[in-house]
Amino acid sequence: MNFKLSQEHIMLQKMYREFAENEVKPLAEEVDEKEEFPVETVKKLAKFGWMGIPIPKAYGGAGGDNIAYAMAIEELSKVCATTGVIVSAHTSLCAAPILEFGTKEQKEKYLPPLAKGEKLGAFGLTEANAGTDASAQQTTAVLDGDEYVLDGSKIFITNAGYADIYIIMAMTDKSQGTRGITAFIVEAGTPGFTIGKKEAKMGIKGSSTCELIFENCRIPKENLLGKEGKGFGIAMKTLDGGRIGIAAQALGIAQGAIDVTVNYVKERKQFGKALSYFQNTQFQLAEMAAKTEASRLLVYKAADFKDNNLPYSNEAAMAKLFASATAMAVTTMAVQLHGGYGYTREYPVERMMRDAKITEIYEGTSEVQKMVIAANLLK
Amino acid sequence: MNIIVCIKQVPDTTEVRLDPKTGTLIREGVPSIINPDDKSGLEAALKLKDEFGAHVTVLTMGPQQAEVALREALAMGADRAILLTDRAFAGSDTWATSCTLAAAIKNLEYDLIIAGRQAIDGDTAQVGPQIAEHLKLPQVSYVEDLKYDGEAFILKRVFEDGYHIVRVGKPCLITTLKEMNEARYMSVMGIFDAYREKEIEVWNLKDITVERSHLGLEGSPTKVKKSFTKGAKTAGKVFEVDHKEAAKLIVDKLKEKYII
Repeated sequence: MNFKLSQEHIMLQKMYREFAENEVKPLAEEVDEKEEFPVETVKKLAKFGWMGIPIPKAYGGAGGDNIAYAMAIEELSKVCATTGVIVSAHTSLCAAPILEFGTKEQKEKYLPPLAKGEKLGAFGLTEANAGTDASAQQTTAVLDGDEYVLDGSKIFITNAGYADIYIIMAMTDKSQGTRGITAFIVEAGTPGFTIGKKEAKMGIKGSSTCELIFENCRIPKENLLGKEGKGFGIAMKTLDGGRIGIAAQALGIAQGAIDVTVNYVKERKQFGKALSYFQNTQFQLAEMAAKTEASRLLVYKAADFKDNNLPYSNEAAMAKLFASATAMAVTTMAVQLHGGYGYTREYPVERMMRDAKITEIYEGTSEVQKMVIAANLLK
Repeated sequence: MNIIVCIKQVPDTTEVRLDPKTGTLIREGVPSIINPDDKSGLEAALKLKDEFGAHVTVLTMGPQQAEVALREALAMGADRAILLTDRAFAGSDTWATSCTLAAAIKNLEYDLIIAGRQAIDGDTAQVGPQIAEHLKLPQVSYVEDLKYDGEAFILKRVFEDGYHIVRVGKPCLITTLKEMNEARYMSVMGIFDAYREKEIEVWNLKDITVERSHLGLEGSPTKVKKSFTKGAKTAGKVFEVDHKEAAKLIVDKLKEKYII
């Protein structure tokens, strides 16, 4: 066992931090306040290879490992959780399933523009009546000649409207239940595919979360991802990987809140002394740091398992469960330590607390993670 | 076009803290960086590469850990990296350093040699110009802007009170200022390549032709007699006066000190 980062990871971390500090952090407040998708930031991220970190070089990616990828999401989310989720959804939920389940032609066509960040990716599974019960899909896909015809709608889709390529789950055979679900690659601009209502959210406000509407949307038969009836398994495996990204996002939010709070308590004075002098402050900070470090170990471990081709579903679920709860707890404590100022938008901890909540909900709620972990225990 | 960029790994002085008890620098845990003037020189070289397809070699003399600075340069886009390291080089002053670097450069092809103006841990600004002297090359120091017209370099050499625009043919040596540009970020793939695909060439004493007496501590004419922390100046005076009186006061004080 080795807990030391490699020289390569240390250098990546240094670069991630410099970039996040100089290019992402200065925009974080505005991105949240104006609920603006950071288009220019995504272009810059693309230029320096952030949009295809774990994608092989042969497909235009950086050819990196999943720890390097998780560290990238962590560093972005430390300063801007919105930017973190944009990269995570793009990489884990769109590029990754194409890499894992796509045909040679699909990989050659879709991965290079995704990995280079020329195109943005998204993933559509959730529906109004199919949330945690993802098997209750109502969107249908019917084969008609050389095309599938999609009808139905998806909700809460991250990167919707800005994405060019979508992985979409739809029922090809309702009688088969989960075995009747199939995955497709759908390109933006396909006739019959439109973006619906944009959600007004509590946090990660700069990220785009919208409804997708399919009305007689015809896509070429070649855009079937994997095999007919295998969509549910593809979705579940994709979400296993996605959870590493979201756990890394939660980890970043927690660490970001600690960093800001450490600075604050050294400066803020009450009763004639800096807050950092008081034992309550010290104990709170110690708890925040210990929980966050434990989250980091879980996240890196899940990523390491994935890199080593070991089963990692359980590890990813634990990482997400623990890191998201930690993000929520740590940001709440950070606001408390900031007192009244922490509740204002003048300080970033208020935004961080709002951003943290979603990590307990999307890409599988905490309850779903517990289901995964318990099922693994009781099998 | 072949470009050699000489870089130095230095402690990041913005991260250096003082020991509150002894008043001395705490060097432990201070991250190492590429010297800022050198990094801008590297950026200038990479810009020439972007525009004209230059081949960029980075060269450093230092201990084994200086390898990290070279990897960073590779991750930014340099093509080749050479680490000059040998016990015989230890303790070099600027003369011995420039002798060693110049000897290494004699083994390489070049049209342009770039060195940063000075290192933040030494501030001598001597190594670059000395290399040019050893190699009998034309040199332009304090360069803040660099262009290439297809045959020669058009350089802006900055002085305290003005600047010169100089056109210099190849080969030549320039020393660059950090104000020249903002160095690019390393790219993600650049970092993977720097560690997985590119190699750091390690050159020892046996790889260069140089007079042994010019090397290391023994070959260094500079002897450090004493180093000390500059004493604090006396506390300033505070005058609480209105703005008119303040202006007069400042002028009088400046006259008193023969500044105006």
